[in-house]
Amino acid sequence: MRTMEPLIFDQSAEGRRGASLPLCDVPEVAVESLIPADMLRQQEPELPELAEVDVVRHFTRLSTFNHGVDTGFYPLGSCTMKYNPKVNESLARLSGFANLHPYQPESLAQGALQLMFELQEDLGEIAGMDAFTLQPAAGAHGEMVGILVIKAYHDHRGDKKRTKVIVPDAAHGTNPATAAMVGYEIVTVPSNERGGVDIEALRSVANDEVAALMLTNPNTLGLFDENIAEIAAIIHEVGGLLYYDGANANAIMGITRPGDMGFDVVHLNLHKTFATPHGGGGPGSGPVGVKEFLAPFLPKPVVVRAADGQYTLDYDRPLSIGRVRAFYANFSVAVKAYAYIRALGGQGLKEVAENAVLNANFLMSILKEHYHLPFERVCKHEFVITPKNLKSYGVHTLDIAKRLLDYGYHPPTIYFPLVVEEAMMIEPTEAESVETLEKFAEALIQIAEEVKTDAELVKNAPHTTLVTRLDETAAARKPNTRWRKA
Amino acid sequence: MNFVPNTGEQREKLLARIGVESVAELFADIPEDVKLKRPLAVPGGMSEPELIKHVKGLAQRNGTVEEYTSYLGAGAYEHYIPSFVDQLLLRQEFYTAYTPYQPEISQGTLQAIYEYQTLVCELTGMDTANASMYDGASAFAEAALMSCDVTRRDKVLVMQSVHPEYREVLATYLPPRDVEIVEIPYQDGLADLAALEAAITEEIAGVLLQAPNFFGGVENTEAIAQLAHAKGALLVVAADPVAMGLLKSPGESGADIVVGEGQSFGNPISFGGPYLGFLACRDKFVRRMPGRIVGATVDKNGKKGYVLTLQAREQHIRREKATSNICSNEALCALAFTMHLSALGKKGIRELANLNLQKAHYAAQAIASLPGMSLAFSGPFFHEFVIKTEKDPEEINAKLLEDKIIGGLNLGRFYPELDHHLLFCVTETKSKEDIDRLVARLGEIA
Repeated sequence: MRTMEPLIFDQSAEGRRGASLPLCDVPEVAVESLIPADMLRQQEPELPELAEVDVVRHFTRLSTFNHGVDTGFYPLGSCTMKYNPKVNESLARLSGFANLHPYQPESLAQGALQLMFELQEDLGEIAGMDAFTLQPAAGAHGEMVGILVIKAYHDHRGDKKRTKVIVPDAAHGTNPATAAMVGYEIVTVPSNERGGVDIEALRSVANDEVAALMLTNPNTLGLFDENIAEIAAIIHEVGGLLYYDGANANAIMGITRPGDMGFDVVHLNLHKTFATPHGGGGPGSGPVGVKEFLAPFLPKPVVVRAADGQYTLDYDRPLSIGRVRAFYANFSVAVKAYAYIRALGGQGLKEVAENAVLNANFLMSILKEHYHLPFERVCKHEFVITPKNLKSYGVHTLDIAKRLLDYGYHPPTIYFPLVVEEAMMIEPTEAESVETLEKFAEALIQIAEEVKTDAELVKNAPHTTLVTRLDETAAARKPNTRWRKA
Repeated sequence: MNFVPNTGEQREKLLARIGVESVAELFADIPEDVKLKRPLAVPGGMSEPELIKHVKGLAQRNGTVEEYTSYLGAGAYEHYIPSFVDQLLLRQEFYTAYTPYQPEISQGTLQAIYEYQTLVCELTGMDTANASMYDGASAFAEAALMSCDVTRRDKVLVMQSVHPEYREVLATYLPPRDVEIVEIPYQDGLADLAALEAAITEEIAGVLLQAPNFFGGVENTEAIAQLAHAKGALLVVAADPVAMGLLKSPGESGADIVVGEGQSFGNPISFGGPYLGFLACRDKFVRRMPGRIVGATVDKNGKKGYVLTLQAREQHIRREKATSNICSNEALCALAFTMHLSALGKKGIRELANLNLQKAHYAAQAIASLPGMSLAFSGPFFHEFVIKTEKDPEEINAKLLEDKIIGGLNLGRFYPELDHHLLFCVTETKSKEDIDRLVARLGEIA
């Protein structure tokens, strides 16, 4: 029985130190002579005192409690948990990237600025957009930039009527949350039986109060909305703009581009499509691309290349929405994405999309015989199944997900999108072998059998993990978010 | 190199099982007129050795703070990171892991974040903290919005002694939510208390301060807290994590929400990102905090464990009613911060802060004694200070660069009235020799 690891604070012993500091080599003066005594800390913060070996052991042991992509398959729909190439980790750590101060002279940062510029260009080509910013630190951050750009565009036109943003009911939670962050009212449109946007419903809410429609295509069900041209027309006709949530870009690189589908603004997720690691929840990076007419509104500064070939940060952007973070980008994340793109090239990126879609359809064709498939059509890079066929056994998606943990898998995305009851969204990505896919399918099939013969086993899963199901209700009722010294 | 394991033969097997002849059939539902009819014009298709050579070429075109001695701070700080930190960050279970939504297989990440939250609380003097935000600037803006949410007021006061880019972010985040921003000037490098007092009314949701401020100055946080609270406004303080090893915590001084940039611990300067925004507050505001929060709980067998908690605040549950749209945090950066601080310990952080303080003051005194140079402000400062120069700061820095020294930040770029002022930062990474060399060179230039 594996034990938990004590908190690092509980391993503290007075006088221990794990990080060395040089001695003070300048003449030292009394601190009180430099800072008034009443502004000084009287009590030490309760930082733990440990030797380096104990710090290292603590975090090493903690790491063994985690499951990463390098441990096993992570079929998380909408997250694109593809393999993180190790060469990218080495490259991002080069001193020539890691040891640059953002305010150092541009003449000393030409390599970094060139990398950013080229990445902007590459993303523009991939997405079919004319200008990109690398400023946003994550996908949701990118969504915010995109909606702010749209708002700035309408404000600049003197159009004060646009108070609404349309969001499909299948949309990721960040979409309506972002629109609300920017002060918009959300209008929801339903999906039709084919899983796409209900065109008539969309038409009925599209008017001159609509600033934008936020959409992803393929959508959050993994289905390509074939009515995209009509959707774009409906919104553009009433003077609104089209925003593309790039979470599902892995399905379409080299095949189609949001810019060609009629989208005006796009955000991409470098930590999804472009293989930068998830890091346990971050850092990500959510670059935003726009069509030419919106470029003046992008956050500043923008990396530009002057006629003489010098790269520079252009702050002279009077129509810019401003800044959403200090400095320029999650730069080391951008380095990893850049390296990934150079490794693949245009042809490689297309093969990524083809294989992602191939792998998803393969899994879907196997699993639809054991689970309920709400939409009987070719999927793109992900698909949704539910245990509706097993409903009579009293087992829910959550239980199946937890039982998958016992089989050594991270479960698929569960209970999203909201439009399908008890959804399990599976995205294998292109970076998995047929053997991995078959084994995963076998596990899910076996669990479906377990449901029929021993439902309790599944309902009480997981059984073999470090901890069993945790009491989330208690955690929220009386939040304990920190250790305190006794 | 595209990291796709399946070969042609294996792909045939997949196609057969699906029941289609070719991959193209799987894209048949994409209308022809939106399909790309040409290859993507993206350069690449390199083997690993070629890729390394290419990218190294770009890295080599940059001048680093290892080759140059840099005195830049201004929100991005050079500090020595112990070697073990990066090696632990390369443990795949940390960096290739997903967000810990499935806690049973994510206890490593969750416990580490719980420890991170604790460290942030200890430094800031607050009751609770979140699992981190994108950076100090965006955390500052989100804290401002939080103050509006808590007080149900829609106006904030921000000091001009706050980092200009933080104020720019504020000016992007707040107006779409109909929140008014009023700037309070500085006086002798610190927030002008008289101006502040005059501006605080019962309409003010939050007073927004950076302490130490952008100029390195140690603000009178306690006095400002009193002014804010007298009118029912909250005090939001952006603090420096190293400074908090020596200075009274913002919590002790009366802050209600404390944010800041955590990059100084565990994270290289990396041309500006990814960085680490921390956000901490009083217990009573916990349900208004944006971002992820980790909480302790027990499992079915009473075994202690950790989970993401209070998720009902977040976008994936509350959608447009969420406290913020934020989804990701900066988990790996927060982990680095936690590792670094755990190794430094309570005494180490004070020693580190003292090293910074001593070296900065040694440098400031020496530079200020040079002809044509003077300390711009008279108040106490931590590890940054402003020098007023007779000569054009651009000229001074150009000459320093010839000697592979990157001088202080020319404040004229942000404050037109400070066009002959340089902001110097001296951390423990600068030796006495480095500082003496800077002073000598400045003496020659002046």
